[in-house]
Amino acid sequence: MDFDYFTQLFFGGLTRGSIYALIALGYTMVYGIIQLINFAHGEIYMIGAFTGLIVSSVLTMMGMPTLGVIFMAAMAAVIYSSAYGYTMEKIAYKPLRNAPRLSALISAIGMSLFLQNYVLLAQTSDFLPFPSLIPDFEFWEPYAHVITSPELVILITTFVVMVLLTVLIKFTKIGKAMRATSQDQVMAALLGINVDRIISITFVVGSATAAIGGILIASHIGQINFYMGFIAGIKAFVAAVLGGIGSIPGAVLGSFILGWTESFFTGYISSDYEDVFAFIILVVILIFRPSGLLGKSETQKV
Amino acid sequence: MKKMGKLFAVLSTLLFTSVALTGSCFAADTIKLGVAGAHSGDLASYGLPTVKAAELVVKKINANGGVLGKQVELLVEDDVCKPEVAGNTATKLVSDGADVVLGHICSGATKAGMGFYKDAKIVAMSPSATTPDLTLSGEYPNFFRTIAHDAVQAKLQVKFATEVLKVKTIAVLHDKGDYGKGQALLAQEYFTAAGVKVALFEGVTPGAVDYSAIVTKVRRAKPDLVVWGGYHPEASKIVSLMRKKRMKTAFIGGDGVKDDTFIKVAGKYAEGVYATGPMDISKNPLAIQAKKEHQDAYGTDPGAFFDAAYSAALALLNAIDKAGSTDYDAIVKVLHTEYVDTPLGKIRFDENGDATGIGFSVYKVENGAFVEQK
Repeated sequence: MDFDYFTQLFFGGLTRGSIYALIALGYTMVYGIIQLINFAHGEIYMIGAFTGLIVSSVLTMMGMPTLGVIFMAAMAAVIYSSAYGYTMEKIAYKPLRNAPRLSALISAIGMSLFLQNYVLLAQTSDFLPFPSLIPDFEFWEPYAHVITSPELVILITTFVVMVLLTVLIKFTKIGKAMRATSQDQVMAALLGINVDRIISITFVVGSATAAIGGILIASHIGQINFYMGFIAGIKAFVAAVLGGIGSIPGAVLGSFILGWTESFFTGYISSDYEDVFAFIILVVILIFRPSGLLGKSETQKV
Repeated sequence: MKKMGKLFAVLSTLLFTSVALTGSCFAADTIKLGVAGAHSGDLASYGLPTVKAAELVVKKINANGGVLGKQVELLVEDDVCKPEVAGNTATKLVSDGADVVLGHICSGATKAGMGFYKDAKIVAMSPSATTPDLTLSGEYPNFFRTIAHDAVQAKLQVKFATEVLKVKTIAVLHDKGDYGKGQALLAQEYFTAAGVKVALFEGVTPGAVDYSAIVTKVRRAKPDLVVWGGYHPEASKIVSLMRKKRMKTAFIGGDGVKDDTFIKVAGKYAEGVYATGPMDISKNPLAIQAKKEHQDAYGTDPGAFFDAAYSAALALLNAIDKAGSTDYDAIVKVLHTEYVDTPLGKIRFDENGDATGIGFSVYKVENGAFVEQK
């Protein structure tokens, strides 16, 4: 047993898991509040990356220092993506709030296709280079062969975002209102909670995390195109289901398990069957825990 | 009922006129050049430049009095790049009396059509079908091509890797697709035959968010060279990650990587990457002229395989001219023996039907551009 090799695979899986987690957090939040699988979440992530690219290119051309570029690009991406998330909810989901769940799901798939093709037409179908916004830290150089500086930043960001979201939901007034809305929308409205506003806030927060993910991940991979949100979105969705959709720590745990599974199977068996193994794990876990690892089992009202 | 009768009358008149028209076409004595390939659908961008090349060549030759004193006529048929359609396309061309065929474009479709041309004793020449078997199996003596097949590329990679880079161990990665895996399998076969150890042979999932696990695995295998079978988006992700993880292992790809987008996307990490690609013909006067003709006629730069198609059309019509007839054996003999000047250079065809004097070169990314390695 080669310990070094194991460590490298472990950290590889951790990085991959935190990439999935950044996207999965938004999925799971939206599901937690309105029980909607927002398939267009991956596209919000993609739009965040595109905004980041455009803003950072312009600012770099204007000669802004790197740190300023990262900050401004991230801010722009967060604001832009949040605006998209907000608008998307108002246009595609709000009119269907009392419709059967399947209708909203189809509306979400439509939104995903619409945004993909919109970016394809408005921008380009080509792969675009994405600048490495995160520099290589000098103090990290001895460990760079195991986990690179951008990967380290992704890992830390994931934890920070997870903690902030948990605090938001558990300990703030808005969080209390979110939990109430998620339990019973009618009752929450009767008690004076502005349900529409709470749902909008959820979309805005979810989109903001996706935008941060978009920028960090794109700068790690080094390239973006209009289709990037789809595959990443599907994997993140799987991770969210694995951890128990609707649960914030569950999304992170599920993402790490998925990342490790893929990494170790690639390392010790074969990367040809990477996706096969990932989905076998999903099936096995869902057989024993149908609501995911940390999910609450729902009692069906008959 | 009366209406039906009227309709029938109109239809039969139409039918009659069209028969008469076709009849008149047959009556005129022309040389018929069939052009088959993908002209619609996903892969139309691979097939349409060939149609344009044929149009340009035929226009020029007809303006100069045609071939053997006859005008050349084009018969253009679409096979959508699908083997199941290509059989019909070939049958249609044979029954329309094509003397020679330029096509098909995709390897699978070409293979499906070849049997029909062989039975009808018609020469077919593809500008783009690269599956080695088409010529190497010897099954189709009537098949020729103006593009080097995939095995040529693999052999060139082996030659370069063993003689210039002096590698002992390699890792082969591919994208699991037909094109990429095909290249990877050929590389594995030829490298093993050359006595190089293939330490790793694996497929990766295109579009994945991260390739660190496979890069870690490559690092453990300690190869001198990574051989990539596939297109440039994954290649740039893998190379970038290798360099970010401080790996200096050399990297070589095929013509799917030799694309300027690769350098644009991988940026500084692209430096030092090797790729095989078609030889540089941009200085050939005939190629410059063909490109200009295309710009004058269509207002755009030519598309994929244009030069190869232009050369194939020239070679076919030249062969008929030299043979003095459209007789199958005479055309084949000329193709094998006589050189012809084309945008690809002076070419003739070897005993298998592959054009000689064309092929691939190894390129290396130096200062943000592919530089041919002599």
